[in-house]
Amino acid sequence: MKNLNLAAIASLLVLAVSPIMYSLNANAADKETINSVATLRDATPIDVQKEPNRIPQVVNKDIKKARNYPMQPPVIPHTIRSYEVNKNNNKCMSCHSRHRTEKTQAPMVSVTHYMDRDGNFLAEMSPRRYFCNQCHVTQLDAEPLVENTFTDMRSLMKAKAKSKEH
Amino acid sequence: MTINRREFIKANAVAAAAAVAGVSVPAVASNLITSSDITKLKWDKAACRFCGTGCSVNVGVMDGKVVATHGDIKSPVNKGLSCVKGYFLSKIMYGKDRLTTPLLRMTNGKYDKEGEFTPISWDQAFNVMAEKANDALKKDGPEALGMFGSGQWTVQEGYAAVKLMKAGFRTNNIDPNARHCMASAVGGFMRTFGIDEPMGCYDDLEAADAFVLWGSNMAEMHPILWTRLTDRRLSAPHVKVAVLSTFEHRSFDLADNGMIFTPQTDLAILNYIANYIIQTGRVNKDFVSKHTNFRLGETDIGYGLRPEHPLEQKAKNNGKTKGSSTPIDFDEYAKFVSTYTVESVSKLSGVPEHKLKELAEMYADPKVKVTSFWTMGFNQHTRGVWANNLVYNIHLLTGKISTPGNSPFSLTGQPSACGTAREVGTFSHRLPADMVVANPKHRAIAEKTWDLPEGTIPPKPGYHAVLQNRMLKDGKLNFYWVQCNNNMQAAANINEEAYPGYRNPKNFIVVSDPYPTVTAQAADLILPTAMWVEKEGVYGNAERRTQSWYQMVEAPTGAKSDLWQLVEFSKRFKVEDVWPEELIAKKPDVRGKTLFDVLYKDSSVGKFPLTEVPEDRLNDESRDFGFYIQKGLFEEYASFGRGHAHDLAPYDRYHKERGLRWPVVNGKETKWRFKEGSDPYCKPGSGWDFYGKPDGRAIIFALPYEPAAESPDEEYDLWLSTGRVLEHWHSGSMTQRVPELYKAMPDALVYMHPDDAKKRNMRRGDLVKLISRRGEVQTRVETRGRNKPPIGLVYMPWFDASRLVNKVTLDATDPLSKETDYKKCAIKIVKV
Repeated sequence: MKNLNLAAIASLLVLAVSPIMYSLNANAADKETINSVATLRDATPIDVQKEPNRIPQVVNKDIKKARNYPMQPPVIPHTIRSYEVNKNNNKCMSCHSRHRTEKTQAPMVSVTHYMDRDGNFLAEMSPRRYFCNQCHVTQLDAEPLVENTFTDMRSLMKAKAKSKEH
Repeated sequence: MTINRREFIKANAVAAAAAVAGVSVPAVASNLITSSDITKLKWDKAACRFCGTGCSVNVGVMDGKVVATHGDIKSPVNKGLSCVKGYFLSKIMYGKDRLTTPLLRMTNGKYDKEGEFTPISWDQAFNVMAEKANDALKKDGPEALGMFGSGQWTVQEGYAAVKLMKAGFRTNNIDPNARHCMASAVGGFMRTFGIDEPMGCYDDLEAADAFVLWGSNMAEMHPILWTRLTDRRLSAPHVKVAVLSTFEHRSFDLADNGMIFTPQTDLAILNYIANYIIQTGRVNKDFVSKHTNFRLGETDIGYGLRPEHPLEQKAKNNGKTKGSSTPIDFDEYAKFVSTYTVESVSKLSGVPEHKLKELAEMYADPKVKVTSFWTMGFNQHTRGVWANNLVYNIHLLTGKISTPGNSPFSLTGQPSACGTAREVGTFSHRLPADMVVANPKHRAIAEKTWDLPEGTIPPKPGYHAVLQNRMLKDGKLNFYWVQCNNNMQAAANINEEAYPGYRNPKNFIVVSDPYPTVTAQAADLILPTAMWVEKEGVYGNAERRTQSWYQMVEAPTGAKSDLWQLVEFSKRFKVEDVWPEELIAKKPDVRGKTLFDVLYKDSSVGKFPLTEVPEDRLNDESRDFGFYIQKGLFEEYASFGRGHAHDLAPYDRYHKERGLRWPVVNGKETKWRFKEGSDPYCKPGSGWDFYGKPDGRAIIFALPYEPAAESPDEEYDLWLSTGRVLEHWHSGSMTQRVPELYKAMPDALVYMHPDDAKKRNMRRGDLVKLISRRGEVQTRVETRGRNKPPIGLVYMPWFDASRLVNKVTLDATDPLSKETDYKKCAIKIVKV
C-alpha cells in the first residue's frame, strides 16, 4: 500500500478525465484502484502522501484571459509580489485608477467600482471595493487536477443561431 | 522601476497573445448575435453556496446550464458584490468528475470492505444500506446507527434528517460538521443569554465607531462583510479597527491596532479588558444592575480527549459538573478579574501594554459604539464557550449590546450553520428551536408536533462529531452515513481516529457527495449527490436571515439530492423494523406503515399538494414523492419556533424576499433582539429584556485563563494553527475543481517566519515534513506569503486534499461545546 505502482498511476491518467470508467479500469485487480476515486489526490491512498510538487510561479505574461461571463472579475495576468494594499496605500490603483490609465495603459477598473452600496457614483473608487484581491486573483502556473465542463453561453448561442439558419 | 518593467511587458503582450492563439493580429470581424430569443438568460436568486455571510447571488441559466453568476444588487447583505469564490459559483457544479452512479466496494459482484468501487443502481445501493442498517439495529440497537451532516445541508434536509434519525431510527447519533465550527458559539449564547444566535445584525457594520476582530480573518473568510467593514472604516475616518490573532494575516491591512498574542492568552486579554472597565469606573451601573447576574464558573474542566488521556486523568472537574456555576455579586466578580492587570497580561500574551490599553479604552469609552466579531479563533478553542462568555461580559458591563453599532457578533462559517445546524437542531443533543433531547418537556413537544407516541425520542444525547469518529474506531458505531461534508479531511487527528474508524471491518460507511472526496475515498458506499441550485432549499445566515431558492437546473443524470436520498431511504423501513412493540402499541395505527409514511407523507410534511409547486419550476423531489416536500418540511419545522421568539414567515414569502431576519412577527423582521422597540418579544418597560433567561437577565461569568491542551516543548517546538483561505471553500471539494480558483491557490503551504525557517536551514519552497505526536504531513515552505506568523508559530490551511494537515492536528475539544481546537497543537518541522 505504501508505494503507488506505475500501472495505477497510468490508469489514473485515464480516470481523471473519464470518471465513469472507475470499474472499467484494466488494472481492476490492483488494490490501488480503490483509490481511483481520489481525483484530487492523484489516486494516492489516504494513509500515504504523494510528494508535494514545487511551488508554481505566478503567471506574469500580461496576456488577458477571456472571462467566463461578462460579470466575472478578470484574473490578474501579472505578479503582484510586494504590492502594498492597506489602509494607507493601494498599489493596484497606481496603474488601474481612471487618472493613471493613460500613462500606464493598464485597464481602468470597471465603473461599478465607483459606486457606493446604494448605487450612487462617487468621485473616487468606492471604499467597498478597496481590497482588490477579494475578487481579483493571480494565476499560478499549475495544471488543474480536474477538468471543468462549464459551458460558455456563447457556444450555446452560436449553436442555436446556427440551427435557426438551417 | 516597476512602471518601466510593466511598460516593456505590455509592448510585447499583444504580439505574444497572438502567437499563443496562433492567429495573425488583425482578427476577422465576427457577427454579433443580437436576437433576444437567443441571447436571453433566465435569471433567478439563490443564497451563495459558500460561507455564513449569506450573500444573495443572481444565477443565469441557459439551456439547462448555469452560465453566469453575480452578486444580487437587491440583497441588503452584499448589494451586488461577491467575493472571488462567489463570482465563480457558476463553475462549481461542472467538475468533470461529478459522481453519477452509486459506487459500492465489491469483489466478485458482492460487497467487500476491501473491494473496489463498482457502479451499482440506486435500488441496489438502498438494499445494501437497509441490510447493513438492519444488521446494526438487530445486533446493538439504535445506538449503532449514526449520521454526520452539515451546516451546508438545506434547512429542509437537516430537518428531514433529524426526524429520520431521532424519531425514525430513535437514535440521537446525528451531528453536523457545524460541531467543528459553531458549537462553542452556541454554548456561549445558551450560557450567557439562554437563547442561541446573535442579537445584532449586519446593519451594525454601518453604525459602529470601532470594530474588534477576535480570532477572525474576515478579509479572507467573510470577504463581503469585510468590504462593508472596509467601507465604514475608510469612509468614516473616526472609525478604528483592532485586530487580534496569533499570527498576522490580511485583516491586519486595515488594522489601526493590530495585536499578535500567544495562543490561548485571549482569555486573559478578555479578563483584562473587564478589569480595566471596572478600574477606570466605566461600568454601566444602571444597565448592569437591571439586566445582568454574575456567576462563577467551574474550572479545570479538561480538554475533551479520550478519558484515558493523561490530561483527562489530571483534570479535576471534567465530569458532569464542568458546565456548572454559582451565583456571585459584582464585588466578587471585580475581585476575580483584578489579577488580570495590564502588566501581567502583557507578559503572558506578548502584546505590548499600550496596545492592550488602547483596546480596553475603546470598549470602556461610553461614547464609542463597538462591534466585536469573532469566528474560529474563539470557537475552535478548548475554552471556546468561555471565550464567548468573556466577550459578552465586556459588552454587558458597558451596556454596549443590542443597539445599532453596539454588537458582540459571532460570525458563522457555513452557509446554514445557523439555519440548519442550530435552528433546526441537527446536533446530537438538540431539537428544533433551541430545545434539547435531555428535557422531557422538549421531547414531548417534538413528539406532539410529529404526532408520534410518547417515548419515541431517546432522552440520552447521542455521539457528537468527535465522539462519532472515536466510536467508529472502537466499533460501537457500525452504520454511518455522511452527507454534505468531507470529514476525513476536516476532522482533527484523522490518523488515530477517523481513518481507522472508517476502515474498521465492523462498520459500513456511506458517503453522499457530488464529488469523490477524501471522505468518499474512505467510504464503503458512495452516493452521487445533487447540489446547490440543482435542488430547492433554504439557508439561514449569521444575522438570522432565512433565504430560499428554487431548483434552477437538473442534476447530472443519476445524482440525487441529500433530501431525496434521506426520504427515499425511509421507504425501506416498516415501523415494526425499527420500533419496539410497546411503542407501536401506544399508536397502533402506525403498524404496517413505512417510516416514509409516518415521518413524511402522512404527517404535516405531506399536506401541501404538488399543485403548489409553480408549474414552470423544476422540483425533482416533490414531483417524485407526490407532494410539495420542501414546503411541508419547512412549515412543520417553522411551527416549532412560531410564538417562541424564533418566528419564521410563511414559506412562500421567502421566494419573494432577499431573506428575512427572524423573529418575523406580524410580517416584520427583527434587526436587534433583546432591545425594547426593536424586538417585539421584549416586555414593555423593560428597556432591554434577555428573555432567554427566566428573569430576563444575561449572565456575566467569572472564568479564568487556563493553558492550552498541548503547547510547544523542546522536541515539538512550534505551535501549529490551521484554517481556511479566501479562494477555497472549506476542504476545496468544489473550489479546487474551478480552474481559476485552483490556479489562484493550488496547494496548502506552511507559512513560517523567515527566522524560523533560517534556524532550521530552510528556504522558501523547500520540501518539509510537519510532525506531531500523531502523524505527519509534507508540504513546501512559504516565508513571504499573505500570512506572516510570529517566531514560534506556523500556519497551514486544510483545503488541500493531497496534503492532509489533519493527520497532524490534535482532537482536543472544548469539554462544554465538544468543538475541536484546530488552532493549537505542538509540532516540529524537518526538511525532507
